[in-house]
Amino acid sequence: MEDQTKEPLVSISGLSKWYEDFNALHDINLTVSMGEKLVICGPSGSGKSTLIRCINQLEAHQKGTIFVDGLEVRPEMKNLESIRRDIGMVFQNFNLFPHKTILENLMLGPIRNRGLSFKDAEALAMQYLEKVQIAEQANKYPAQLSGGQQQRVAIARALCMTPKIMLFDEPTSALDPEMIAGVLDVMVQLADEGMTMICVTHEMGFARKIADRIVFMDEGEIIEIATPEVFFSAPESERAKLFLSQVLGH
Amino acid sequence: MTKRPSAPAVPRKRLTVTDYTLFAGVIVLIFFSIYRVNDVLVYNWNWQRVLSFVVRFDSETGTYSANLLLYGLMTTVRLAFWATVLAAIIGLIVGYWRTCNNLTLRIISRGYVELIRNIPPLVFIFIFFFFISSQIFPALGFDNIDRDNVLVDNVLFRIFFGDVRLFSNFLAGVLCLAMFEAAYIAEIVRAGIQSIGKDQWEAARAIGLSRFNVLRDVILPQAGRKILPPLAGQFITLIKDSSIVSLISIQELTFLATEVASSTTKVFETWILVGGMYFCICFSFAVLFGWLERRARRSLK
Repeated sequence: MEDQTKEPLVSISGLSKWYEDFNALHDINLTVSMGEKLVICGPSGSGKSTLIRCINQLEAHQKGTIFVDGLEVRPEMKNLESIRRDIGMVFQNFNLFPHKTILENLMLGPIRNRGLSFKDAEALAMQYLEKVQIAEQANKYPAQLSGGQQQRVAIARALCMTPKIMLFDEPTSALDPEMIAGVLDVMVQLADEGMTMICVTHEMGFARKIADRIVFMDEGEIIEIATPEVFFSAPESERAKLFLSQVLGH
Repeated sequence: MTKRPSAPAVPRKRLTVTDYTLFAGVIVLIFFSIYRVNDVLVYNWNWQRVLSFVVRFDSETGTYSANLLLYGLMTTVRLAFWATVLAAIIGLIVGYWRTCNNLTLRIISRGYVELIRNIPPLVFIFIFFFFISSQIFPALGFDNIDRDNVLVDNVLFRIFFGDVRLFSNFLAGVLCLAMFEAAYIAEIVRAGIQSIGKDQWEAARAIGLSRFNVLRDVILPQAGRKILPPLAGQFITLIKDSSIVSLISIQELTFLATEVASSTTKVFETWILVGGMYFCICFSFAVLFGWLERRARRSLK
């Protein structure tokens, strides 16, 4: 107990997952402290998304344990909803609800899960829409917004649950190049405010800027964990070197 | 800013010679059929005789009152209304069960759908009537409801359920029709639910919605908009299928029309009139669903 402020918010040990016979994750051990920003990178198909999707149980794991804020997350548990409330998630393809307005997209979670009144939920939603700078679009439908705006709405929707941790699953991969900056700005702002974040991303500039640690994965395993300075200048493993040369090489 | 040219005018769509020819062709065909029928068929048309079974004029009191065919029409509307409501509820539940992970629910719903879908309606109706409703209803006491009970002896009851003496009979018709159509509606609902991508489930689950809330707030509203057209078709089919229950002596439009046709011997007039009545009910349903569809589309723009 040498450092009370660094108590782990997420701790994963011995985590393994299979899709039928395919071993998607193999013996993952990882802890994330409160306020820490983690960036997970690696070649496609390396299990990055699967790993963060296990944390809020969008994917069920078969072996190992995951603790979030002191509670074990298990596939068969009944009250997953109360744990998911503390874990915000942002998807590659935004996954907004197309039949609801921007405001309604944000209000749904607080009303149904946190039991807020319509008025309180609306005030909360507007507050977060202002934070991601799309308050003026509140009454439009998702299809009327650009990709970058939709992704910012998705971030605001996750924040409305006042989560303890935010998971980002390649949030900028589906965006046109000119839209990426706006989304990354919001994420940097969030990081500066001290939000605990786990980001799967290929944005290496962003990773260098906000990450406390970089997790490099390949073939369902964690190959190395290092600070951005070390990882970008002197990666240990051959696979990380190869990956970096491919990502940064042109 | 440089001035850009405005959009070129789009020529207005006009009916071409081909269109006029087609219309003319259809009209000629209709008139030719009527002419041939009148020419060949030796038949004494008497609409008055049949119309008096819709509304009867009492010469003694000098008042008009509803007659058999109008009663039948009302019963059909009632039957269609309750069967639609019930079929929608059963169809929604069974359709959802078809998509569940729970094996028991899947087996039950699949069994229900396949059993009903793959036997002719007539057979189903006879089996249902003789083995189920005629056994269960008397046991439940539907056959001898006290006619003077305040619950049944009021205007509202008569509007929604018709004559108390025929209530058990009416209920059998509603249940039978609803259970039959629910199998088809269940398949439409299943297709609708499955047409909504996994990403919507995940997004909704990720903000902590329960399974029920995901269905209610995210999946069903989107599925509903998609399945409106096939659903409209199924409900219209239901209204027309309601004529089959005349076989188990439910006194709806087709049943009474058979009686009128045989007692007046004015077969053509009766059935043309009854056909028109069915058309009116079904077409108003189609218009209603068309309106719903346009509304749903607008909200998704």
